[in-house]
Amino acid sequence: MTAVQISGAGMTFNPGSDNAVRALDDIDLTIGHGEFVSLIGPSGCGKSTLLRLVGDLITPTTGSIEVFGKSAEQARLDRDYGMAFQQAGLFDWRKVAANIELPLELIGWSRSDRSARSKEMLELVKLDDFGDHYPWQLSGGMQQRVAIARSLAFSPRLLLMDEPFGALDEMTREHMQSELLRIHAKTATTVVFVTHSISEAAYLSNRVVVLSPRPGQIHSIIDVDLGERSDAIRETPAFFAKTTEVREALRAVEASA
Amino acid sequence: MTAPVETARPGFARAAPAVLRQAVTVLGSLVTIVVLWEGYKFIGDRTDDTWPLTNIGLPVSSDDLTMPHASDIWSAFWAPVQRGGSDSLAVFLVKASWFTLREAALGFAMGTCIGLVLAAIMLRSHFAERGVLPWVNISQTVPLIALAPIVVTWGRTNGWGDTLSVALISTYLTFFPVAVNGLKGLQSPQAADIELMRSYAAGWRDTLFKVRLPAARPYLFPAFKLAGTLSVVGAIVGEISAGVRGGLGRAILDFAGRYSTGPAKVYAAVIGAGLLGLFVFGLISAAERFFVRGPQGSGT
Amino acid sequence: MNRLGFVAPPIIVGLCFLAIWEGGVRLFDIQEFLLPKPTSILSALRSEWAGEIGAGRLTNLREAGFETGKVAVIGLIVGVVVGSLLALATTRFRLLRESFTPLAVVANATPIVALAPIFNAWFGITGATSNVAVVIVVVFFPVFINVARGLTEVHPNQLELMRSYAASPTTVLREVRIPNALPFFATSLRLAAPLSVIAAIVAEYFGGPTNRLGPVITQNASFARYDNAWAAIVVASALGLVLFGLALLIERAIVPSGRPIEID
Repeated sequence: MTAVQISGAGMTFNPGSDNAVRALDDIDLTIGHGEFVSLIGPSGCGKSTLLRLVGDLITPTTGSIEVFGKSAEQARLDRDYGMAFQQAGLFDWRKVAANIELPLELIGWSRSDRSARSKEMLELVKLDDFGDHYPWQLSGGMQQRVAIARSLAFSPRLLLMDEPFGALDEMTREHMQSELLRIHAKTATTVVFVTHSISEAAYLSNRVVVLSPRPGQIHSIIDVDLGERSDAIRETPAFFAKTTEVREALRAVEASA
Repeated sequence: MTAPVETARPGFARAAPAVLRQAVTVLGSLVTIVVLWEGYKFIGDRTDDTWPLTNIGLPVSSDDLTMPHASDIWSAFWAPVQRGGSDSLAVFLVKASWFTLREAALGFAMGTCIGLVLAAIMLRSHFAERGVLPWVNISQTVPLIALAPIVVTWGRTNGWGDTLSVALISTYLTFFPVAVNGLKGLQSPQAADIELMRSYAAGWRDTLFKVRLPAARPYLFPAFKLAGTLSVVGAIVGEISAGVRGGLGRAILDFAGRYSTGPAKVYAAVIGAGLLGLFVFGLISAAERFFVRGPQGSGT
Repeated sequence: MNRLGFVAPPIIVGLCFLAIWEGGVRLFDIQEFLLPKPTSILSALRSEWAGEIGAGRLTNLREAGFETGKVAVIGLIVGVVVGSLLALATTRFRLLRESFTPLAVVANATPIVALAPIFNAWFGITGATSNVAVVIVVVFFPVFINVARGLTEVHPNQLELMRSYAASPTTVLREVRIPNALPFFATSLRLAAPLSVIAAIVAEYFGGPTNRLGPVITQNASFARYDNAWAAIVVASALGLVLFGLALLIERAIVPSGRPIEID
């Protein structure tokens, strides 16, 4: 079954003016239920723009985007989305638990339901004891885990992530990747994941979409079939072969640009 | 390891809590001012108001009428205001301060509300921001403080108390920093924060109250502090030019009118006005400590 | 954004405001002594601007505006110069920084215009010296506090970099601290410019020569000539606006502006 259906989507910023920018052109992409898809490409290729189109944060100038068989806007209003960004984006004035409860508050959950849910989410990201802390008392990796817990709080059907681990150090990053896969397996949420790390894309995804810049277009789509992921996979020839494949696709993009 | 650029100094400076250290500095500065004051008077007295070893005159005459002794100013606080009166000047000034404070507080409250509403309107509409913001800036070049007598006339025709009239003048001074800083603060959340709320399909009001307003606090409190000071200025000047009795402004004017018979009283009243300003400032700073916690608030 | 889109909204809002004012006064038949119409203020401005000085008229608005403007500008310049110099001195002398800066913050929270009667006692009420003194003090504090902040709140990395070059304090001042302080200086100037006019007028209430805007406003108000009082206020606003505009021009000249270009 289809989760996201992008047909002929294009995005031009400031259309008609002197500084019009064609960010995306004629994108066709279908993402299945429960799939983990990464978007990768050189800077300026519009991968974040594509993610924002899917999330209905911006509206495409051409083409259409359907999410779970309805318009992206309807999906947003139905609260089908969870989002996480490079900056954890937690609110300093709310404690960790209150940050996770924010989306629940907005849809009118009762106080007791909210706190039960945030407890559950904190367990999921292994931060059981930190609900009463303020975000700024946590390390970067812990903050990012809270952000993921928040994005999962009302069990969204589609998770949109924009370089969520981009600001973390390598070790924390690999750890977070494994955590994310564990959560993904557990919740069976569909994930669209923007990254600029080749190994991250290869390790996490079922499919890696390589974009080329100016205007952003799909250059190639690489299927990744590494079976059950674990940290051990990072050191296998199969994983090395996949990262090489992605790397070469990116080099081809650079060469043609 | 990166060491802090200025390494902490050993001993008292490091051990003492910041508040105590500040208190000591301020106290030390006060002592210095008194010493400089009395020193100036001493030199002026010896040299007949010229710079030592020259014939160049001192800018301010050092006699006791122009510059009363610090001790005289101090004792003026505790002497009766009028001959035979029961209240000391200190008590009189506290009462007058209370009167002025009420005007200032009313003006502060109204100015804050107007400022916040203006900020929200400017946030909501780009046309309003571009159309109104320049006028908000220009409004502060209009010395409406000069209109105090007219405002009081308005008030009396409409049957308002003079307190409200003077408060209106404070309002005019206070709304400005709140509106300008408030707008900056409401616009301060990052794009990602607003996108997050959009992804939750949150409405404008939810975004305002749950994200923008809390995020604006570090911008709002400095504005409140400035507005607090301005509200006192507005009340004092308003009283003076409107001829409203009972407050500090009027007290300063009355004492200034009888300067030659009691110069120390003028100094005492001016010091009282300064203390009232500080009191308001301190009150708002305390509120800031309470309401703005976090990496930028209590993190030091 | 084009020029028209930038200029049109404030003009539209301003004209609407004047129209509502004029229309409101006419419609509700508000008496001129409560709120004169903009057109009445304009005609008062015309007749009082260069009106002959003499019988019954102590001064005209042109003279009063010029004299008050002089007080404001002299006070502004002296206040800005002294405030900036003293702020520079705090970077060199720790004792000054640690004792005077907190004191200045405290003093800035007090109603400084209340000093006017004391300055009158010091400098006399016949000349404008005491008025200028009030303006200087009012301008001094925001300038000093802002510039001192700009000079001290430098990113530690920049100081470490200069240290690694074994740069002298003068070099650090020239290359790091002063450039860092320029936006702070510009902000304080923008704050102080209109403040100087208001301070001058308030100081004039307390004493000094009478051919100034402050006395003109109070005298006309006490004779219920509110159209004339408003006309004087218009002149005062124009003064404040000119100084504010100058401050903006200086800000443009010394603070680099422009937004970063975003791609992704």
